[in-house]
Amino acid sequence: MDQLVNYLYISAILFSLGLFGVITRRNGIAVLMGVELILNAANINFVAFSRFGGMNVSGHVFSLFVIVLAAAEAAVALAIIITIYNSMQTVNVDDASRLKH
Amino acid sequence: MSELAFWLVAAITVVSAGMVVFSGQLIYSAIALLFTLLGVAGLYIFLWADFMAGIQVMVYIGGILVLIIFGIMLTHKIESVKISQTNVQRKIGAFVVAVFLLFLASSLGSAPWFQMVTTEPSETVSTVGKLLMTKYLLPFEVASILLLGSLIGAAMLSRKEG
Repeated sequence: MDQLVNYLYISAILFSLGLFGVITRRNGIAVLMGVELILNAANINFVAFSRFGGMNVSGHVFSLFVIVLAAAEAAVALAIIITIYNSMQTVNVDDASRLKH
Repeated sequence: MSELAFWLVAAITVVSAGMVVFSGQLIYSAIALLFTLLGVAGLYIFLWADFMAGIQVMVYIGGILVLIIFGIMLTHKIESVKISQTNVQRKIGAFVVAVFLLFLASSLGSAPWFQMVTTEPSETVSTVGKLLMTKYLLPFEVASILLLGSLIGAAMLSRKEG
């Protein structure tokens, strides 16, 4: 718990799992969950470097902004997914590849 | 003792993150995501980021995760038992991600990380607040405008007649 590299390993694993979710899952909401994992991995890195770089709290502020962006992104993405579902009866992102219907 | 707690939290985070991407049932993925987000909040506590841990629980678990579960409920017929979804191109995806992870892990393991020795602060809330109101005031205001815009955009997108 006092080694920076442990946190970096955890964050690398989270990032890779999130990437795997984004590239293999085809349900729009599952893809969104993968994106959330990736954003969390980035946040762990920000806070870990802030802690081991002399407790510089600017890193916390950065990860706060990341959380704000994640909230905005989740709201808009879910609104888009629900609109796609209402007009096409699917949430598969491969089927919803057209901009017009 | 706290070393043991750290590895326990790390294991919960990683294992439930695996369940998020490998589970066949979408609702199980959402529940596993809950434990991943809780584990990340625990890691923030080990990193002396008390405010970030609170924000993680409030915004991610209380906001984003509830939104995701709403999304699952609204886009599937809940009376059908199987809210399933599949992974496509599992093998090639796993190969690409494994190569990427090996590359990351080898470069992380070989880098000489410099760590500064610091004492644990009693709290970080006042420092974060001061930084938000002085050095990061402009990004803070831009983020609030972005949130307002996404709020209006999401409401406009999801109402009945677009």
